[in-house]
Amino acid sequence: MAKVHVKKHSTFIDMTAMSDVTVLLLTFFMLTSTFVEKEPVTVTTPYSVSEIKVPDVHKLTILVDTHGKIFFAMDDKELLKKTAVEVAGDYGISFTPQELESFNKIASFGVPIQGLKNFLNLKGSDQDKFMTEALKDTANMRVGIPNSDTEVRDVRGVVSSDNEFKRWVSHAKELGGDNLILAIKADQTTKYDVIKKVIDDMRKMRENRYLLVTNLRTASTTASSE
Amino acid sequence: MAEVQQKEQGGGGKARQKKQTLRVDFTPMVDMNMLLITFFMFCTTLLKPQVMNITMPAIDQTNEENKNKIAESMAVTILLGANDRVYYYEGKPQNDEQYKDPNFLQVSDFTENGIRKILMRKNAGVFKQIQELKLKKTNGELTEEAYSQLTKDIQEKANKDLKAPNVQIKPTDLSTYKNMVDALDEMLVCNIGFYQIAELADGDRHLLYTKTGNIDYLTDELKKDIPQ
Repeated sequence: MAKVHVKKHSTFIDMTAMSDVTVLLLTFFMLTSTFVEKEPVTVTTPYSVSEIKVPDVHKLTILVDTHGKIFFAMDDKELLKKTAVEVAGDYGISFTPQELESFNKIASFGVPIQGLKNFLNLKGSDQDKFMTEALKDTANMRVGIPNSDTEVRDVRGVVSSDNEFKRWVSHAKELGGDNLILAIKADQTTKYDVIKKVIDDMRKMRENRYLLVTNLRTASTTASSE
Repeated sequence: MAEVQQKEQGGGGKARQKKQTLRVDFTPMVDMNMLLITFFMFCTTLLKPQVMNITMPAIDQTNEENKNKIAESMAVTILLGANDRVYYYEGKPQNDEQYKDPNFLQVSDFTENGIRKILMRKNAGVFKQIQELKLKKTNGELTEEAYSQLTKDIQEKANKDLKAPNVQIKPTDLSTYKNMVDALDEMLVCNIGFYQIAELADGDRHLLYTKTGNIDYLTDELKKDIPQ
């Protein structure tokens, strides 16, 4: 009987070409993309045809979510620390070096100054947990920088208007200089009166130039948004 | 898993140089690269967000003074209402008659045939000139700086000659941030040089109320004057 010889094919596939392609792709992604910044709230910015790109450095981003909660993000961590020390100083709060150190790890934050110390002492994952827990209740006052004008009476009984949000912005501007860019990144469903309050507060401090962060409007986004 | 295949060919007594084919298995390398690519695809964005420059008028600046400078014939006021509605009127209501006339305030929207059509019509001259400039820029005849300077000049000249509209955007409390950005976007699309976000006047509130019947457009003080 004639034996059927099954030809033995080597299953070895040359992966060199494949490797070339993947390395190329990897290089492309590494060079062109930027990391997504972690934000405590998901903000869908409105669309615009503006072609100006968001500047990379030296900006203070003011995040406003749908319910009007305000968060801050600063790319310059040293400036953020200095600002935090100043603002906390206004309220008689001081930070330990460890607490200041944890500013390095947070991309953006939004807690009233009274709760900031506790927040900084939490571990990274606990901070996230705290945020998501607190954000479930939209009326929760433990998150978001308060921007309502509250009347405070100092030791001599002088009544003055106090606004934590304004303090943050003015101290950041003082320390960061005039070239610190104010960027407003708000959700598209945010009510206008919320934005108006934010803008008016800044106008009162003679800050009249802002950047509004938007997404690029393309044919497909126009179709889906209308 | 580098694989070194050795093949012995021939067998004579002569000592021959051994031929070695050196093959390195790249499969793990590809695996790792794929993983990295996946990581980069999920954790990064290719699209950088765009920004819009906006300059608000200083709060202590007397607004009355500014308002008078705007030529009424070229003034367009855009009111942003509830549910993404846009209302607009040209010029300024002259008398009570016009305030009560529901047709004075026009309804529009942010679609192609909405407010854009009106603004384009009013700004046709400037738009055409800037379109020509844009073409020059894409052909490489103009630099970015020269382009923006020339655009500015055209817009300023047209505004002086009363050939370009002067747009006041007045968002109401019932509108959203999206409406405001959409309105600003229309200014960019139509190449309108002079626009500003302005405060809603009592008269505007009344106009909106008569047009829509929605009492929420009025402030609490104005609501008192409305007979129930």
